[in-house]
Amino acid sequence: MSTKDLAGLSVEVDGEGYLSDHTVWNRDIALAIAAEEGIDPLTDRHFDVIDFMRKEFEEKGAAPSIRRLNKLNVVPTKELYQLFPGGPAKKAAKIAGLGKPQGCI
Amino acid sequence: MKKLLILGAGTAGTMMLNKMESALDTEVWDITIVDQYETHYYQPGFLFIPFGIYSKRDVIKPKRDFFPPGVNVVFSKIDLIEAEKNQVILHGGKILSYDVLIIATGSKINPAETEGMQEGGWHKNIFDFYTVEGASALQQFLKYWEGGKMVLNIVEMPIKCPVAPLEFVFLADWWFTEQGIRDKVELEFVTPLPGAFTKPKASQVFGDFLNKKNITLTHDFNTGSIDWENNKLVSWDESTIDYDLLVTIPTNMGDELIARSGLGDELNFIPTDKFTLQSEANENIFVLGDATNLPSSKAGSVAHFQADILEHNILSFIDDRPLKGKFDGHANCYIESGFGKGILIDFNYDTEPLPGKFPLPGVGPFSLLEETRMNHYGKMMFRWMYWNLLLKGAELPIESQMLMAGKRV
Repeated sequence: MSTKDLAGLSVEVDGEGYLSDHTVWNRDIALAIAAEEGIDPLTDRHFDVIDFMRKEFEEKGAAPSIRRLNKLNVVPTKELYQLFPGGPAKKAAKIAGLGKPQGCI
Repeated sequence: MKKLLILGAGTAGTMMLNKMESALDTEVWDITIVDQYETHYYQPGFLFIPFGIYSKRDVIKPKRDFFPPGVNVVFSKIDLIEAEKNQVILHGGKILSYDVLIIATGSKINPAETEGMQEGGWHKNIFDFYTVEGASALQQFLKYWEGGKMVLNIVEMPIKCPVAPLEFVFLADWWFTEQGIRDKVELEFVTPLPGAFTKPKASQVFGDFLNKKNITLTHDFNTGSIDWENNKLVSWDESTIDYDLLVTIPTNMGDELIARSGLGDELNFIPTDKFTLQSEANENIFVLGDATNLPSSKAGSVAHFQADILEHNILSFIDDRPLKGKFDGHANCYIESGFGKGILIDFNYDTEPLPGKFPLPGVGPFSLLEETRMNHYGKMMFRWMYWNLLLKGAELPIESQMLMAGKRV
């Protein structure tokens, strides 16, 4: 756990840069994390995904899977990979200020 | 009479049937199990079929052989679970009501989820080995294959028996060596995970094994489609991998019954309390084995450990007592590594696979996260244990809760 300056705010992040507390998130923080991840600019389409993920997280306590985003017509899987290249589940969660998605075995 | 209904007579359902039949007073409880198929498959044996070590004969027995006397057995498809009415509608319209329902309908591969998988190349140069049909077709193919590039890919997680794909490539390396064509075969292991396995220590150990056996590891590859006309795997972000022979682990999903009944998630797995095994939606529905959405392995050993906990919790539930049994995510897997050796891992929700001795601390005879001949014998002996002890719900000399004793941190 460490603190980090993002968009003029000092926020707590874990070892991999995920926000420790999703409630401190705002759109400027999203832009700052996205820039670090090489996604610049963050478009309305990105925010469709991010806003939906945050809403589901609030309601269900877990971020939706890529499969769920596709099934609920939030964003087709192919487009999601274009929006968040190189690992959309992790990157979108990070930019949305949520914890790292739990892998399972 | 009160009614206990079990859906699915695979590994989990059959074990649970045997346990509940001996635990419940059969003058009070009427027990019924439903399954659409009459044949029980020893699924861990499918791995050995492509290499001619087992044949189909070695992995099948009639389900009836494992049912205790005095229970009702129904062989039928199931149309719907009506949880709010505490009843299940069978194909043809017959209704079975229940006081307590156990769902053990498992998971299966769903190749249709990936574009191009089940088209022209299916069972020609694209095979699964998670069905007896796929494993047998692959055996026929391998018998006459003269070499080329064999790719194994995992489409997405979670999958049943997450170590089976590793075992497959380890055995393939051994088998091609035995056939004298290892130098004509290129082997590549393609996974959406960040490494050879999910947990850091095991991932590193298995990664080293792949390397030692000259098997290329390609990680973080998310298969989007298969270009079967040009023999290419295509990822969602459009990178490609060529193959001559593709051994694929398709998307694993729960039964369509779960989707029809509105009880599942996107993969038809049932949201289940990870400790008590009670379904999240209905307090008189319990779930075990591959049918759950638990963050534990989908494997027979896991179902076995769950069954001990679930028996306890169902007995508490019918006595109107709190559910005190807590499943810890315990899994125990023998991993064939080829050339008559094996590796063993033992882990749970919180503890990743660690090195050490098992089951007797410091003694063994099995070694954790190490390759030994004894581990291989453990794997081969397990088939006997499965048919003769495990399915019948007998006690095994392994605790359901994982033990730290014998493990090196």
